[in-house]
Amino acid sequence: MSRRSLLLVAVAVLGLSRLLQGCATAPPDSEVSATAAAVLKSSFKDQGQARLDRLDQDDTQKACSLPAGKTVPKDVAGRIEQENLATIRWPADGRYVGDWKNGEKIAQEGRGMQYSDDPKAAAGANCYACHQLAPQELSFGTIGPSLYQFGKRRGYSDDTRKYAYGKIFNAEAYSACTNMPRFGHKGILTEAQIKDVVALLVDPDSPVNK
Amino acid sequence: MSVPLIALFALALLPASVLAQGSAVDEIAKYRAALQDGNPAELWEARGEGLWKSPRGPKNVSLERCDLGLGPGVVKGAYAQLPKYFADADRVQDLETRLVFCMVTFQGFTDAEAKKGPFGGPGRKSDLEALVAYVAGQSRGVKMNVSQAHPREQEAYRLGEKMFYYRGGTHDFACATCHGDDGKRIRLQDLPNLSSTEGARKAYTTWPAYRVSQGELRTFQWRLNDCFRQQRFPELVYASDASIALTMFLARNANGAAFDAPAIKR
Repeated sequence: MSRRSLLLVAVAVLGLSRLLQGCATAPPDSEVSATAAAVLKSSFKDQGQARLDRLDQDDTQKACSLPAGKTVPKDVAGRIEQENLATIRWPADGRYVGDWKNGEKIAQEGRGMQYSDDPKAAAGANCYACHQLAPQELSFGTIGPSLYQFGKRRGYSDDTRKYAYGKIFNAEAYSACTNMPRFGHKGILTEAQIKDVVALLVDPDSPVNK
Repeated sequence: MSVPLIALFALALLPASVLAQGSAVDEIAKYRAALQDGNPAELWEARGEGLWKSPRGPKNVSLERCDLGLGPGVVKGAYAQLPKYFADADRVQDLETRLVFCMVTFQGFTDAEAKKGPFGGPGRKSDLEALVAYVAGQSRGVKMNVSQAHPREQEAYRLGEKMFYYRGGTHDFACATCHGDDGKRIRLQDLPNLSSTEGARKAYTTWPAYRVSQGELRTFQWRLNDCFRQQRFPELVYASDASIALTMFLARNANGAAFDAPAIKR
């Protein structure tokens, strides 16, 4: 081997080690995630009803903390949906539908679970923050789909009622990594409150179905 | 009564049921336009300038020896290049963290004294909000130019990005739940998509802002703090590492846009 080619090899090896060094300074993605979780934990403090344990992620939250444009792999989505379906406590009396007038109040109420909220007061579902429901309410958000005529469009069947109850109790059981909170699973709403919101969606007399 | 206030009350008196959605949104747009006529943030900027230039603290010196990244005492354009890594603090700092550092280092305040009352309320003015209003106002029209040259700046950005997508709490919310898509709103409030360059630019360059509904000038630390409250998280600690990392992520994404604050918002 000539001196010249030896030199070339030496330069190449040096370059490669530089490159590897460069890689070593940028930590892998999983390490960044772990550091971010630890830094978050040290950057918050207990306040009112919102304690630091709210930063502890369950499996669903962890799997669904995805960057823009990334969707959860199919097998993981299936597992998330299965696990969450198992958490749903179906009403013991087999009835899914309560009072739509109460449901409308719960759908309008935005307070609940914030550290600024009274922990003794019942939490609202704040449905209108993200969904259109009764057409009289013009101030509705668009993060979720319109639910106007939910019952009318799907048919007033037992399947529709059961689906609405399950979806509100734990939306992750039906659509992995949805933006929608798990109102029953996380103890935001009581069984009776969920039934009232179901009524708002599926009762033929509800303004949602007019 | 000022024009914005009249507009606010006029809007409140409109019966929502007789308005079509479109015209309700139009009225809000008109109200927002009326707000631009006069911005009370100027009062905070003026008070902040006084605080910046006056000898204060146990050591009785002004903040004019404070280096905000462009040299001691240089305020013009400083906000548009923050957060950044500061060797003297060995930390990435946003403006608010840097101000606290300088109040402690040069003026002799304790850390607790410097951070006391970061957000004003009825009957209590915040010196930090005034200082931020002044310094930020000196970057008006300056292009956002946040550095990623230092490894610690790169680290802060990557952590901030992770935190933006971090779901937790009772409602499984992340920042991205509300700020990860185009054209969404909560009730009638438009939500900026902070994961897009355009959205981050539009949002980041209009903070700090005078909030009409609160009668206060609010800083970016306040903006993050109140987002996390609504996210059902515990309370974000002022000038914490997470607050700086998230600010780095959003400020860097706004690079290239002309800074345009203190603004005025509903």
